[in-house]
Amino acid sequence: MSCQCGNATPADRAKFEELGKYISSLPIAENPSRSRGFLIQTLHRAQSMFGYLPEEVQKFVAAELKISPADVYGVISFYSFFTDKPLGRHKINVCTGTACFVKGAGKVLEEFKRRLGVSEGETTADGRFFLGALRCVGACSLAPVVMVDDRVYGNMTAEKVADVLAQIAD
Amino acid sequence: MNIKTPEALAKMAGVLKSRPKPPVQILVSVGTCGLAAGAGAVLKSIYDEIVERRLENAVEVVEVGCMGLCYAEPVIMLNDRRSGKRLIYGDVTPQQVPAIIAAGTDSIAAGTRTIERSWYYPEFEKPEPGELQARIVLRNTGRLNPEKLEQYIENDGYTALAKALTTMTPQQVIDTILASGLRGRGGGGFPTGRKWQFAAAQPAGEKFIICNADEGDPGAFMDRAVLEGDPHSVLEAMAIGGYAIGANTGVIYIRAEYPLAVRRLENAIGQAREAGLLGKNLFGSGFDFDIQIKFGAGAFVCGEETALIHSIEGMRGEPTVKPPFPAVEGLWKRPTVVNNVETFACVAAIIRKGAEWFKSLGTTGSPGTKVFALAGKISKVGLAEVPMGTTLRDIIYRIGDGIRDGRQFKAVQTGGPSGGCITAKNLDLPIDYEALKSIGSMMGSGGMIVMDEDDCMVNIAKFFLEFTLDESCGKCTPCRIGNRRLFEMLEEITDGRGTLETIEKLKALSAIIKDTALCGLGQTSPNPVLSTLANFPDEYIAHVKEGRCPAGVCQKLIHFDISDRCVGCGLCLKNCPVNAISGEKRQRHTIDQSKCIKCGVCFRVCKFHAVDKK
Repeated sequence: MSCQCGNATPADRAKFEELGKYISSLPIAENPSRSRGFLIQTLHRAQSMFGYLPEEVQKFVAAELKISPADVYGVISFYSFFTDKPLGRHKINVCTGTACFVKGAGKVLEEFKRRLGVSEGETTADGRFFLGALRCVGACSLAPVVMVDDRVYGNMTAEKVADVLAQIAD
Repeated sequence: MNIKTPEALAKMAGVLKSRPKPPVQILVSVGTCGLAAGAGAVLKSIYDEIVERRLENAVEVVEVGCMGLCYAEPVIMLNDRRSGKRLIYGDVTPQQVPAIIAAGTDSIAAGTRTIERSWYYPEFEKPEPGELQARIVLRNTGRLNPEKLEQYIENDGYTALAKALTTMTPQQVIDTILASGLRGRGGGGFPTGRKWQFAAAQPAGEKFIICNADEGDPGAFMDRAVLEGDPHSVLEAMAIGGYAIGANTGVIYIRAEYPLAVRRLENAIGQAREAGLLGKNLFGSGFDFDIQIKFGAGAFVCGEETALIHSIEGMRGEPTVKPPFPAVEGLWKRPTVVNNVETFACVAAIIRKGAEWFKSLGTTGSPGTKVFALAGKISKVGLAEVPMGTTLRDIIYRIGDGIRDGRQFKAVQTGGPSGGCITAKNLDLPIDYEALKSIGSMMGSGGMIVMDEDDCMVNIAKFFLEFTLDESCGKCTPCRIGNRRLFEMLEEITDGRGTLETIEKLKALSAIIKDTALCGLGQTSPNPVLSTLANFPDEYIAHVKEGRCPAGVCQKLIHFDISDRCVGCGLCLKNCPVNAISGEKRQRHTIDQSKCIKCGVCFRVCKFHAVDKK
């Protein structure tokens, strides 16, 4: 199966090639009727490479695993981890699990919304920040917790939001 | 290293045990919580100090998983092998390390916080006074380096697998688990042995055993602790289960939010394969077994076993009606057993020590122990593994040290979004599966969120409904639409638009959803509403009849006023994010109610208690 990426940039073509290599490294041939079982891990890999899962990537994965693009889209739209829209450069995720909730995560989230001028699940117009909520990172002793990219900020308050934003350089 | 026989394993364990060891051992907890709290810097400082003082042969440093003392991270423990003395330090800073090492176990370093151990290990210890916790599931977590197979083997690791494969028939393994009374620790409480029996009774052929590591209940983190702190015990138990039911393939389904757990599992699987403890012909018994990891992608409903199986098959994680049960028709339509991490973590200990030993802990109907994750408004957030039948009062007040900041206990939520609230009147109930059910809650995975008088129970119910709405897969109408309506009614109440009729409607619709939803998620989703209604009816009534939120949480029902205690310092004016406060210096300030967003900043910053919240 050749790449269908049409007018993609060379950088994108390299990514498609790498994704293709990843898929061919999977032991699909052992039982081709179960190729779908590799879909979710392939999408994880694809999203870590492209940052999101645009239509071309979905079609590419579908063709490689020999399943329909509709099935691939069905999976992407079901799981909150996957997105078909590009997210901001920095991902701010406010934990709204129960422990964080009872310790005031709602106020922290409101403050991020107010300062960034976006709603939950949106990216700022300049493409810098994506604001999301997630359910429990399991660091309940530090509740309420905010994750900025891979870093965990514990014992958050609405007052600390400005400091956290100020620490992000670009 | 290739361990082909039980004798080879025993020999290796013997060699490891008799190896000369440095007299002092320092355990450093490096789980997710510990690392986030700064364990990395403490660890570096310990290594530096050892080099500085040339203690390489006198001190052994072991990087371990979670000790359950999350409130005091970073945590380290000193064990003196000569005297048997031990010391636990909490809130350790890199600066304290030289003094701690200099003091050893003979004295306590000045300016530090020490912690009494509140647990014992029933496999090889008797409890001392004050040791309320019995650690079976967490027997190695926080004690061994999870990245070193040798440490697991030195501590009887894989001996249960060797025993099962070489001295027991599959049926004897099942009988032992049945006799132990072990029940599913993921929440349902179904007898594990019976699950295994069903799958074993299916015609031979391809079968699967799955470990459900999709720990989705917010506020529950015991599975993460086991996976990060003792991955081999899960692998060993899966192989034992595979042998019992006739499955040669194990699958661990783990959530993508646990990157450290995934790394440690992958490392452990690699080590076990290399040592011949996974793969072909284990212990020369002719039994083949291997394990693969599959990832979730953020869907709470995938904790339900049929949904989980669909997710592994690369589909949307939607549940299907049972029967057929997975034991008959599961992954790729083959007989499949799905057990939770904590359940697996009990198995090797049961095979080693026997069913009677396991039953000596816990209650008649629920033998063994349960790990609870204490979080919320409790003083000591962390993990506690106690024998079933321990009272909530012991867990919350003796292990958790009561409510934070001297506040009043109001309720504890168990069972996650599907569970219920327990109030002070049931604090002395010995808890197990049935006891929790009888008071309108459930065991769930063991998350305990403690609430104080500042929490509004209507708002809590709304929070859980919002969670369910988010996570409902949308397949069946009662869950998809019914829960949306429940949520809207709760919103009416917290906004002050509700009436007594709204409360009646809430009750009626909750009952319908319970009876008609397709899967466990939907059927239990009204539980938080029903249990808060049953336990805190006055709070609901205060909202609808008096337009008042007794806890002062529901924003639409509270307002802030500045009283004559105001000295006009201007602090509130400066901090108000929407400029709703005005007033001259040294004059009483006022709040423009039309601009106020009720964020409460003025209330918190005022040093003269001049802002009233009503």
